[in-house]
Amino acid sequence: MLKIRNLASGYGKIKVLKNISMHVNPGEIVTIIGANGAGKTTLLSTIAGLVKANSGEAEFKGTNILKTKAAAIPGLGCVMVPEGRQVFATMTVEENLLLGGHVLQKEGNRFLSRLMDYQYELFPILRDRRDQLAGTLSGGEQQMLAMGRALMSKPSLVMMDEPSTGLAPLIVKEIFQIIVRLRDEGNTVLLVEQNAKAALGIADRGYVLETGKVILQGPADDLLANQDVQRAYLGREKND
Amino acid sequence: MKKLLSVLPLLAVVIGIHFLASATDTMYYLTQMTMSAYYALLIIGLCVLMGYAGQISLGHAGFFAIGGYLSAALTTHSLVSYQDNAVVSFLDSAGMLLAGHDLYGEAILVVSPWAACIVAVCTAAIIAVVIGIPVLKLKGHYLAMATLGFGIIIYRVALALEYFGEADGISEVPAFVLLPGLSVSGNFSDRVQNYYIAWGLLLIGMVLLLNLIDSRVGRALRGIHGSDEAADAMGVNTSGFKLQTFVLSAVFAAIAGVFLTHYNGGIGPSEAGVMKSVRYVAIVAVGGMAHLWGALLMGIVLNFLSLRGVFGSYDDAVFGLILILIMLFAPNGILSLNIRHRLKQLLGRGKTDKEGEV
Repeated sequence: MLKIRNLASGYGKIKVLKNISMHVNPGEIVTIIGANGAGKTTLLSTIAGLVKANSGEAEFKGTNILKTKAAAIPGLGCVMVPEGRQVFATMTVEENLLLGGHVLQKEGNRFLSRLMDYQYELFPILRDRRDQLAGTLSGGEQQMLAMGRALMSKPSLVMMDEPSTGLAPLIVKEIFQIIVRLRDEGNTVLLVEQNAKAALGIADRGYVLETGKVILQGPADDLLANQDVQRAYLGREKND
Repeated sequence: MKKLLSVLPLLAVVIGIHFLASATDTMYYLTQMTMSAYYALLIIGLCVLMGYAGQISLGHAGFFAIGGYLSAALTTHSLVSYQDNAVVSFLDSAGMLLAGHDLYGEAILVVSPWAACIVAVCTAAIIAVVIGIPVLKLKGHYLAMATLGFGIIIYRVALALEYFGEADGISEVPAFVLLPGLSVSGNFSDRVQNYYIAWGLLLIGMVLLLNLIDSRVGRALRGIHGSDEAADAMGVNTSGFKLQTFVLSAVFAAIAGVFLTHYNGGIGPSEAGVMKSVRYVAIVAVGGMAHLWGALLMGIVLNFLSLRGVFGSYDDAVFGLILILIMLFAPNGILSLNIRHRLKQLLGRGKTDKEGEV
């Protein structure tokens, strides 16, 4: 579904990603883990078209997305849940969701409202808050809204940037359960996380990023069992 | 359709004002109400740009002036001496020129107001595109300064070119005959019909904009206001929407300029001045930024007071002061002050602890 080969990108003179290659297959959760500044967010932003790539290739369902404008990428079926949620604070929950369906307006309002009902079923709390301004929601609710908003474009690939940031552990668990449910319903998820344990716990495969390079990759269970990963990202010593 | 109904009360108010003025023998108020309506047309357009799309413009007097000056110049400067020119004779044969006689009985040949109006509005739109593409990449203060620069250029051009009458401006602008028997002009006999023309135009503009902001486009604009990047990530073509809104508001300003110039029978460089642009921004802010009805109401009230001379020679100072006070005490507009709620709080303090937030 998503194929990336030898991708390099960054901000002006600062090169963040060096030679990244990875892929995502339909129906799986792929996670990218790594420390602060490893380039996880830059990688997602480059795929989403918000950061310009310097070299390399990225193909989404056969389209070269490095040459596609950021606003056109959700229309291809690849949508991002941005870091820090970035809900539209002065708009209601319902308006946020409708804006998420911006690229599907051709399908008509009835289609959108059915899609919205689906989001309300996934995130019942949003239904209760539908007429509330998004800025007045709690962090967990905002994360759910950001996810629901992204799902409103009926994407084939959802990219999530640090959905656990700033949330209580209980809420993180709930969010991750929803991600699993999304996968079970046939969605594809690319998950960027600092919370490596939780991410590898639900993912099918994973990539470990360090200073802009993929240093390890493989099935999530293998990575969880990998001693280097355990030491560096899971906070366990060898003889734990 | 629903939006059409929502402006009906306004229509009733408009008719009510007419009857009130005629009953109290104060028909002269209708003149300022007419002029205010044209200014309000510009202001509701600016309101969509500033309040909804979140892009400030300190150059909208420039677009107003482009509309006003072009239509004034085209409909007053005689082309008789260029009659042999191929372009002029083509325009003549296309029915876009009007022949007539000036005050001294000399034959003149000018562009018809309809053609001039279309040329003026299209020119404003084209200039808005040319200016908008580079300038709308800027944000906040930088955008304000760039649009301010544009406004100053237009002001200086109007002041410098003989074609635009330099400091005198252009006068003797003929009436704009919309339909036989219906013309935009300052004749006393046409006062009532001009009042309705201006308000009719304003109501049409209002219906259009109310529909716009309630649509997918309106949602997208508010998304852009919230965060460019997040809107981009939702598949909203942010630069496209910004440009379209900028051009739309410029067109509203230009149309207001064309009509008001024909109504006044002239235009001067002060219409292009920077203080005019500041005034428009102040009025949108008083109305509550993202509040079309507030912008409309304040556009009428403040322009009416200003045109009646209530602020005297402190006119510009008053608008500067209004801008400062609004930013300090009611950044969400004067309608958001919720005066009854405030009074209740003041009177019954202590009881309503929970309602501290306004």
